[in-house]
Amino acid sequence: MGNAGKVMELSEAVERYVHDGALISFGGFSATQCPLAAVHEIIRQRVRNLHATSCSNGQAIDELIGGGCVERVDIAYGGTGRFAPTCFRFRRSAEKGEIAVEDYTNYQMTLRFMAGAMGVPFLPTYTSLGTDIVNKWGYSEEDRREDPRLPPKKLVLMDNPFNRTEQVDRLVLVPALQPDITILHAQKADRCGNVQLLGLLYSDVEQAKASKNVMITCEQIVETDDLRKDPDRNQILSFQVSAVVEVPWGAYPTALYRYYDYDPWFLREFYPQVAKDDAQWEGYVAKYIHGVKNRAEFLELIGRERLESLRADEEVGYNPRLERR
Amino acid sequence: MAEYSLQEMTAITAARGVRNSDIILCGTGIATLAAIAAKKITAPGVSIFFETGAVDVQFKQMPLSLADPRIMHGAIRLAGLAESFAIIQNRTTGRNILSILGAAQIDPYGNLNSTAIGDFRRPKVRFSGSGGGCDIGSLAGRFWIFMELGIRKFVEKVDYLTTPGFLDGPGAREKAGLPGGGPERVITNKATFRFDAESRQMYLHSYYPGFTPAAIQAEVGFKIDLTRAVEEEPPTEHELNILRTQCDPDKMVLKS
Repeated sequence: MGNAGKVMELSEAVERYVHDGALISFGGFSATQCPLAAVHEIIRQRVRNLHATSCSNGQAIDELIGGGCVERVDIAYGGTGRFAPTCFRFRRSAEKGEIAVEDYTNYQMTLRFMAGAMGVPFLPTYTSLGTDIVNKWGYSEEDRREDPRLPPKKLVLMDNPFNRTEQVDRLVLVPALQPDITILHAQKADRCGNVQLLGLLYSDVEQAKASKNVMITCEQIVETDDLRKDPDRNQILSFQVSAVVEVPWGAYPTALYRYYDYDPWFLREFYPQVAKDDAQWEGYVAKYIHGVKNRAEFLELIGRERLESLRADEEVGYNPRLERR
Repeated sequence: MAEYSLQEMTAITAARGVRNSDIILCGTGIATLAAIAAKKITAPGVSIFFETGAVDVQFKQMPLSLADPRIMHGAIRLAGLAESFAIIQNRTTGRNILSILGAAQIDPYGNLNSTAIGDFRRPKVRFSGSGGGCDIGSLAGRFWIFMELGIRKFVEKVDYLTTPGFLDGPGAREKAGLPGGGPERVITNKATFRFDAESRQMYLHSYYPGFTPAAIQAEVGFKIDLTRAVEEEPPTEHELNILRTQCDPDKMVLKS
């Protein structure tokens, strides 16, 4: 696709690329760089039956599940670091049987995205041999037979075909993932969809490259010439990206390296309280998601002063004076 | 003798066992605290890295997640999961990696559960899942486990085997094809355990001052060998001073 017309409003990007039943993947990791603005818009548009995937994602997956948008989750870790060792709506929905969870490891999820990015059907690893990651399948073989969108097997064990020794050399093959849509929040992108990610990359780049469509939400849309100054940092390219949306504070309440810190008040005090209680949760979704038209209105509810208190110090990339206890 | 908390005792006990040549692959919380303490007290040569891809991390402030921006500034390398897990799976580099993991349940062979209690499809309690824990238990040169002692945590059989210890006993890791070295120590708030070279079962290695082997056994849900246990040395003034003033001055992990 050409580069014209990729810049759009968040609501339009979600309408175009996030459909009921889609296989969707989210960038970021625990309390950093989760694309929360996009997640709220998906909830607002009442998208249903998503098959969500990520490596280790707390806040984005948790709110999306709580928003009633998710049917299945392939994931390695559903938590938000010290703020939520297990995230709350994920836990509740799994315990009530409202979502089906397929457990992989962080390396396996990364390899699944990498296989998708490379255009091969699987990749091998030694991780998880002898464990319940291999033995226990979240989606039954029957589910897998009946639903062509699922790989027919969770994983497959195979002996190394190049083995010349008598020793056991067995590998776990994990199936490629090719999401319908991947959503990442980046520091910078240009209008064509070239993307610059700063700091740790998690599996963001593999996710983007594996995906049929990629939506980039970013703090700033910049000129292409700006990105040409550091081409080694431009990990995702225009021809991999379908939509570019400028959304300042798009990862709040999670952190974005060099832009803002996580919000300890939101993650430690406010969110756990509302997320642990069904009635309070409904109130949160009604007020903070359905009760606002867009991200700007949500940020008004959070308050300018709070946001400013999170701004990153230019040198260290976070706010060293932030009150975190 | 200096006054100290069990949490401080735990961190110092762990830190003392780190070798100067170790590359420590770290979790958050007390694992990070112990790694920093090792670097500052006994093993200045260690390099601390996180599975998210941050290598040789400098700690101006305690990180609260594996992706906290506080592990990014000053690191020698910021990569991603693909690179960091390749370092762990690679037989040359993986061998030198010591990792410190936590979990919800542990069994006599050091197998860990961080996924679910009850039927995994409709769990009574759902936890976060493996994250990188299973990868590390499968691949790293050796790993330690931080757990609070307790009858519901130290169980005969884990409800879900997320991270491989010695599986069902001698030779099982090799038979399964796991390349990593397996669990080496279990460090708790009251005692430490190691694994018998023959049976691969956990035994009591040491108990902290003020506890007895019998009291430790009472908090473990399976029979353990107590015959090799010794009393652990309490932390020194010097160790406590560094732990408190240099490792976690903001008291993000240490409870004040």
